[in-house]
Amino acid sequence: MLAARVMLDQGVHVEGLNFFTGFCVEGHTHAIRRKDQAKPKRNNALWVAETLGIKLHFIDVVEPYKQIVLNPRHGYGAHLNPCLDCKSFMVGRAYEWMEPRGFDFVVTGEVIGQRPKSQRRDTMPVVARESGAGDRLLRPLCARHLPPTLPEREGWVDREALYDFHGRSRKPQMALARHFGIEDYAQPAGGCCFLTNAHYSAKLEDLWRSRGARDYELDDIMLLKVGRHLRPRPNFKLVVAREEGENRFLRGYRYRFTHLRTLSHEGPLAMLDGAPDEGDLELAARLVARFSQGRDAERVQVEITVRGREPRVLTVPPLPPSEIPAQWYI
Amino acid sequence: MADEDAGRRLTAAVHDLDARGLLCPLPVIRTQDRVSGLRPGERLRVRCTDPGTESDVPAWCRINGHRIIGIERERDEIAITLEVGGGSS
Repeated sequence: MLAARVMLDQGVHVEGLNFFTGFCVEGHTHAIRRKDQAKPKRNNALWVAETLGIKLHFIDVVEPYKQIVLNPRHGYGAHLNPCLDCKSFMVGRAYEWMEPRGFDFVVTGEVIGQRPKSQRRDTMPVVARESGAGDRLLRPLCARHLPPTLPEREGWVDREALYDFHGRSRKPQMALARHFGIEDYAQPAGGCCFLTNAHYSAKLEDLWRSRGARDYELDDIMLLKVGRHLRPRPNFKLVVAREEGENRFLRGYRYRFTHLRTLSHEGPLAMLDGAPDEGDLELAARLVARFSQGRDAERVQVEITVRGREPRVLTVPPLPPSEIPAQWYI
Repeated sequence: MADEDAGRRLTAAVHDLDARGLLCPLPVIRTQDRVSGLRPGERLRVRCTDPGTESDVPAWCRINGHRIIGIERERDEIAITLEVGGGSS
């Protein structure tokens, strides 16, 4: 937002790009969970674009982004976040996007030293080189710490009016935001990607392990954002909704998964991923009963619909908490 | 003016986009992709279930020069009708 604003201040025509990888935090979780219903439903990229008065283009990169997540050339950060590869990928996509549309250069809000993996002095040239943008990549917030880029050398922008921010502190950015009269802004980078989240990354690794292959579809990574995930046996996993918002979301997946719901008591909808046998189905039913209002009842009726078959009902005793080992939770 | 509006209503094609079950920002992305193939004056009715779309699709329209014709809500479903503007998006 600030980098774009700095460019606008220099009279440069700016348009925004927002890449949808499937791992974006904002929007989804707020939309799903009831407890988040009071939070504003704005999409931050749209809000920034509208605040700045620029156009915004969404680019769906779910498919090509898989290679970045699955085989990052520069490895992962603390979790499954391939930040450096991700940055090069997105700048590269922006560069590809701009060329046929008559734009001259790509602008990012990167700051040297801001992030431990992807925004270091030695990685800044890596992003420029591997993205293909080269010296058509301008970082207005720290440009004065870097060699002049083409837009600066050509006088398209005034290097003297660019900034020399560095390090992890956000105070210079906050001061600049105040200078521009910007009082509200989106959360800083990192918090907007599920791959930086330890719990989410554990669920993704579990998915790969259980399938014996490092791969995913969009539905897989969306489901990892929702519900309690339990793996009682290596051959199946349960995703149990935590509240009505998640129940509603999971209903959209009923036809793709074996699913369970309680009939005799209020309870959650649960999706079963894997290849369960009859004993596994009973165990799954007992687990779902445990998370229902019938958790203290002697028996709970659970409807099980194995994918592609007619529903049937099992009457089971809810599994007591003492029989649910902590390691079942992913 | 009234004749002009009436004429536009007669010629305006209404297209449908089913974005139900999709979460932000996918309904906006699908809307963007669909609008890119429509002509100025044509209308698109986007059906969605993510409550965020009620603010996101109008915001996307404002940014890109399209016009919101109406928003209908029925239980968990939202239907947003927009008219494609003259500029490219």
